[in-house]
Amino acid sequence: MRALMNQRFLTLAVLAVVIGILPFVFPSSYYFRVASLVWVSALAAIGLNILMGQAGQVSLGHAAFFGIGAYAVAIGPVHLGIPSWAALLLGAGLSALLAFLVGRPILRLKGHYLAIATLGLGVLVALVITTESRWTGGPDGMPVERLTLFGWRVSGSYTWYWVTGGLLLIGTWIALNLDDTPTGRAFRALHDSEVAAQVVGVDVARFKLQAFVIAAVYASLAGSALAFMNGFINPDQAGFLHSVELVTIVVLGGLGSVVGSIVGAAVLITLPQVLTVFHEYEHLLLGLIIIVSMIFMRSGIVPTLSSLFLRKARS
Amino acid sequence: MAEFLQFLISGLTVGAVYALVALGFTLIYNASGVVNFAQGEFVMLGGMVTVFASALGVPLPLAALVAIVVAMVIGLLLHRLAIEPARGASAVTLIIITIGASILLRGLAAIVFDKQFHKLPAFTGDTPVDLLGAAIQPQSFWVLGGAAVVVLALYVFLEHTLLGKAVLATAANRLAARLVGINTTTIMALAFGGSAAIGAIAGILVTPITLTSYDVGTLLALKGFAAAMLGGMGNPVGAVVGGLLLGLLEAFGAGYLSSTYKDAFAFLVILIVLFAAPQGLFGRRVVERV
Repeated sequence: MRALMNQRFLTLAVLAVVIGILPFVFPSSYYFRVASLVWVSALAAIGLNILMGQAGQVSLGHAAFFGIGAYAVAIGPVHLGIPSWAALLLGAGLSALLAFLVGRPILRLKGHYLAIATLGLGVLVALVITTESRWTGGPDGMPVERLTLFGWRVSGSYTWYWVTGGLLLIGTWIALNLDDTPTGRAFRALHDSEVAAQVVGVDVARFKLQAFVIAAVYASLAGSALAFMNGFINPDQAGFLHSVELVTIVVLGGLGSVVGSIVGAAVLITLPQVLTVFHEYEHLLLGLIIIVSMIFMRSGIVPTLSSLFLRKARS
Repeated sequence: MAEFLQFLISGLTVGAVYALVALGFTLIYNASGVVNFAQGEFVMLGGMVTVFASALGVPLPLAALVAIVVAMVIGLLLHRLAIEPARGASAVTLIIITIGASILLRGLAAIVFDKQFHKLPAFTGDTPVDLLGAAIQPQSFWVLGGAAVVVLALYVFLEHTLLGKAVLATAANRLAARLVGINTTTIMALAFGGSAAIGAIAGILVTPITLTSYDVGTLLALKGFAAAMLGGMGNPVGAVVGGLLLGLLEAFGAGYLSSTYKDAFAFLVILIVLFAAPQGLFGRRVVERV
């Protein structure tokens, strides 16, 4: 028990130190921007990992919730006249509500059927965002008003680095703690075997729904943060390819590993930035790296490396 | 009536393409249990290779043949280099690998070809045929006829040849198939090659109508996957029916309701169908043994 506490504390401490030290080695504000992008994607991925890695349910449409969060803070102040911070909460609430409403029928499905249903949900949300241009600016996207908190205008890549870093720390802390609650254990039980979980009295439908709602709220908050940070938003953020990116981050980093999601995000977000050096070979290399790392690190980067490390330490 | 017929034919035409993509999905899924998200890239390759080969002066039928062969080689390579080494990995890991493959192929196509839209000339002219008042592009008949030939050929292959029966046996039970002496690795390679060819044929047939570019694969893969699930994953008949149904839904939805929400009808219906019948329209209810 104590070892577990320590490990959790250690993970958080290491993350905090990394977030704290990076600014000293960053040569320009561009690096702060990329790092903030990593924190935001990691936040969304950690939420999705609770659904996929812990509860064992796939979602190929998770960018829908990311998009709802992003567009809530864009639309709220302009069209509804509510303050930005309230729009952020509204977005999270809407995402949770949508996840709650469609979650029950969708999560009854299994395997590939669940995949196509969540994919369909994602496509529908993205389509509504693209089409209702009166509200959302259509395919071109729309500007987002800066976040103002108690008279403090949050802007600049340096500021957002700290804000998103803080959000990520909180998100990580919650996810790590969740692992060790009755809810977290129920998630793991239905990941391993739904039938067995049901037999020992886990309300399978309820816990699946809970994981779905939690994941939706994570994605929504990450979406809002990105929209504030960029000051602009377009439908790609809610699209299928972004959903795929989130799933890839989770699987690449390691299903069920919170640290894995952060590492996965770091790899998948910085990689394209690095690969732009290779111009047209960018996608070719990105695809190649995804294939090769999935073949050689099937259970994801972090679980594979940590088991390798443990084996080394033992021998 | 003329309007109805117009939507019907255009729905069936698009649906035939979805059906071929879904058939490719099904073939690979049955042989190997892999959901291949790179399926749309085969369609793209079919169209693009044909366009560029005929731009080099190769006659169209030969260019089409080249395109099919290229797609098959890519399909075999995909199996050999990406799927085979990852044997035994979890379903979602395999999905990510095929997504990686589709990103790679798209990147490759952007380099080898270009990022422009390309058109092929219609096989037998552009003069619309008048059918009870509806103006039908002759290419529509090519797409429908071509799809029918592919489906029929696949049926004959699966039901009436020894190799085809080996594919069915592998699909039914891989271990049992291996026990009776079927080389399941060869069968899987065959499935990848075959479904790449089917995808390429779809791409060649539809390019004169819809144009092609290096990135048309993603949406087609989505629609094909949706069609396969609508029919019930792993069921070839379901894949064809699902594809046609999806095409019709889109055409009538766009024609009578709203063209901006064309793509929405398909996915809305899929959600509703899955809520009512969680195994798709023709899927078997699988009883899990614990």
